[in-house]
Amino acid sequence: MPLDSKIPSGPMALKWSKHKQDSKLINPKNKRKYTVIVVGSGLAGASAAASLSELGYKVKCFCFQDSPRRAHSIAAQGGINAAKNYQNDGDSVHRLFYDTVKGGDFRAREANVHRLAEESVNIIDQCVAQGVPFAREYGGALANRSFGGAQVSRTFYARGQTGQQLLLGAYSALNKEIARGGVEMHTRCEMLELVVVDGHAKGIITRDLVTGKVEAHAGDTVLLCTGGYGNVFYLSTNAMGCNVTATWRAHKKGAFFANPCYTQIHPTCIPVSGEYQSKLTLMSESLRNDGRVWVPKNAADCGKPAHQIAEQDRDYYLERKYPSFGNLAPRDISSRAAKEACDDGRGVGPGGRGVYLDFAEAIQLFGRNTIAERYGNLFDMYERITGESAYERPMRIYPAVHYTMGGLWVDYNLMSNLPGLHVLGEANFSDHGANRLGASALMQGLADGYFVIPTTVANYLVTQTPGGVTTDHPEFKKALEGSASQIRRLLDGKGRRSVDSFHRELGLLVWDKCGMERDKAGLEEALRRIPELREEFWQNVVVPGSGDAANPELEKAGRVADFMEFAELLCQDALHREESCGGHFRSEHQYPDGEAKRDDENFCYAAAWEYTGDLAKPILNKEQLTFEEVHLQVRSYK
Amino acid sequence: MALLNLHLKVWRQNAGQPGHFQDIDAPEIPDHASFLEMMDIVNERLIAKGEEPVAFDHDCREGICGMCSMTINGMPHGPEKATTTCQLHMRKFRTGDTIWIEPFRARAFPVIKDLVTDRSAFDRIQQAGGFVTVRTGSAAEANNILVGKEVADAAMDAAACIGCGACVAACKNASAMLYVAAKAGQLNTLPQGQPEKTRRTLGMVRQMDHEGFGGCTNQYECEAACPKEISVRWITKLNRDFAAATLKDAFGNGQERGEGGD
Repeated sequence: MPLDSKIPSGPMALKWSKHKQDSKLINPKNKRKYTVIVVGSGLAGASAAASLSELGYKVKCFCFQDSPRRAHSIAAQGGINAAKNYQNDGDSVHRLFYDTVKGGDFRAREANVHRLAEESVNIIDQCVAQGVPFAREYGGALANRSFGGAQVSRTFYARGQTGQQLLLGAYSALNKEIARGGVEMHTRCEMLELVVVDGHAKGIITRDLVTGKVEAHAGDTVLLCTGGYGNVFYLSTNAMGCNVTATWRAHKKGAFFANPCYTQIHPTCIPVSGEYQSKLTLMSESLRNDGRVWVPKNAADCGKPAHQIAEQDRDYYLERKYPSFGNLAPRDISSRAAKEACDDGRGVGPGGRGVYLDFAEAIQLFGRNTIAERYGNLFDMYERITGESAYERPMRIYPAVHYTMGGLWVDYNLMSNLPGLHVLGEANFSDHGANRLGASALMQGLADGYFVIPTTVANYLVTQTPGGVTTDHPEFKKALEGSASQIRRLLDGKGRRSVDSFHRELGLLVWDKCGMERDKAGLEEALRRIPELREEFWQNVVVPGSGDAANPELEKAGRVADFMEFAELLCQDALHREESCGGHFRSEHQYPDGEAKRDDENFCYAAAWEYTGDLAKPILNKEQLTFEEVHLQVRSYK
Repeated sequence: MALLNLHLKVWRQNAGQPGHFQDIDAPEIPDHASFLEMMDIVNERLIAKGEEPVAFDHDCREGICGMCSMTINGMPHGPEKATTTCQLHMRKFRTGDTIWIEPFRARAFPVIKDLVTDRSAFDRIQQAGGFVTVRTGSAAEANNILVGKEVADAAMDAAACIGCGACVAACKNASAMLYVAAKAGQLNTLPQGQPEKTRRTLGMVRQMDHEGFGGCTNQYECEAACPKEISVRWITKLNRDFAAATLKDAFGNGQERGEGGD
């Protein structure tokens, strides 16, 4: 099926202005007649729900957490990029655009990225007006810091809690609209199914996580703002509840899933300490502004305490390999370099899966107080988890799954190939290509929600009669029955293994075969084992309790059932993409120095997978990517 | 890594029914595990025995979402200072310990199941004024609003609140003053929050009372329990703002006047 990305014509810098000019308008009186369903209340969902309600649409917003304020955007630490050029260091919209396209290893859609860079400046204005307490200079102006993949200082931040503060800003806007009656908020309410009527997304099926009630909701369009699928790996920096269910269900109803193999492994996380571990904790990339990454030069030194290893016996491998970016090399590159060092037997800490992030020099240079002011909360968190003080000895870090660049395919209007289904934030695929730069996720979630969807949603809605479909439609009845029967099937199973044990086994398999480095044989093995594991899940899972009350095991079981299916597509995509790019590293495709080797001749496209009813045989649709402004080149940070 | 043998007394309850403590033995718990990972292990074992696992709220497990709760040995989020339950690690306990685990108790936080409570009252307080009314797209250039570093830092201190409710659970009156003071205080401190200061303060305080939280009698248990170490000085500010707002409401027909930040 041909994919129409609906990229506006004209010069890159004018496309978004032109598109805004050409987009449809709905008069305020008529907006009230349209119902918009927003699933998810993170940065993308909360900002979209609030902004659309301000415009006059009727909004129904859903989140599985007990409050919209708890969505996992809240955990983002480091910052948000914007091309304000407040530092007078040569930043511009074009430079942010360029850095993001290059950072994404030339697998993002240029026009979307340019729009993102343009809107970045408006986001900062909006958030400041809401009362987001960004860091300031003494004179009262906004402060900035540097982040990976850029040589300018364009990152705005609120201590190590930028995501929290931006989300609380969006949540306050959402609250304002809830109070006004524009948004109907459903908390502790999880989407189980998308309802498609005559080829259009017209509603969702939800389960109330307190009463267990399964319900249908109809709307004129559905916005999925449901985040990424990183928890397919079981261990990740995602919150425990993050899941693929909403996007996967939409995929099975016809929405194409694009580039699932682009997964981001964040270089600075606290290493795994044992089998019982339930999640991995990120240490903000901002730490790399002042911390120096190293491992011992000699494997024999790995067991020694760090301070006993002399300066000349340390390998500051990022500074050595990437002199111009040094410790601020992009995430994919830094992660792989850590893995290489550990594979080389020079890793530190339990199991040898760790590298040092050392602040000794920064503490000497700026003093302990300055470092504490910059990163105090992160150092505290590190000490709580590991029992070690990073003021006294270097942190131990190791890469962990953090973000997923792939997601549902969308056009320039953020609409999926399935009409009426819009996808925002991490849940879509378009802006980060094969690798996301630090401080760009917050930017994208808010750009989509505050500034893009309020313009583009009208292009779809004008083609629809408001309220044209209600929950009386037979498709809603069918979907309700489908969801109820899956719940019964999970509860009726007479198996013996817990949901978590299946999730853990799936995660280990996917991490092992489709993690930081992938190869054909491993992926083929994963593709043999995933369906077997899925089969066993349905035969042998045990879900205690009932469906008509709060039941956390049942919630997890439904999510893991979807991960079991999704994992197969993830590995299929990784197997088909015979190149290395960004977060997707195929060991068969590398330069002699170990750098990722792209194949622009054959793979310069977004792979948009179509569900066929047979999980083993999805159909590949391609959106060819063209690069008008940033010319294809080997990505180098040396 | 050491293994701990623990004895748990866990609150079990279904909504609307009386609850009770259940005795659960928890042998061989790795001391590197977090408190919630200990609960995961306990639940795995309950499931293996065909029993129903303990329901508890949790999500990010990195101390920022505010979803996890639990009163551990009588202290909301347990004994470790400035630490949420998810960040509390078992190395803080000793083998042989008996650990009491209860929900956050307050009339305004009804129990949903076991350790899970309904804290939506906090959202409703926010909806009663915890925002700056600014439409998307109507903001001025960000650096047109200068905010001195000290003021911005103070606002950030208040804004660090994760909305977990430990302050309420720690208070003998189940007062939500620290929460409301932090949320209102952030915006009442910043220049952006001045135009709506009176409305905000009155709205949030009245909603707090309406939700059934108790009054503040300056015990300061809230500050001790707060995982983000929010200072009770914010309560002083809220009292001051509330007094001023009440006077304005009585004598100024509720209209906002220009006033400087404090």
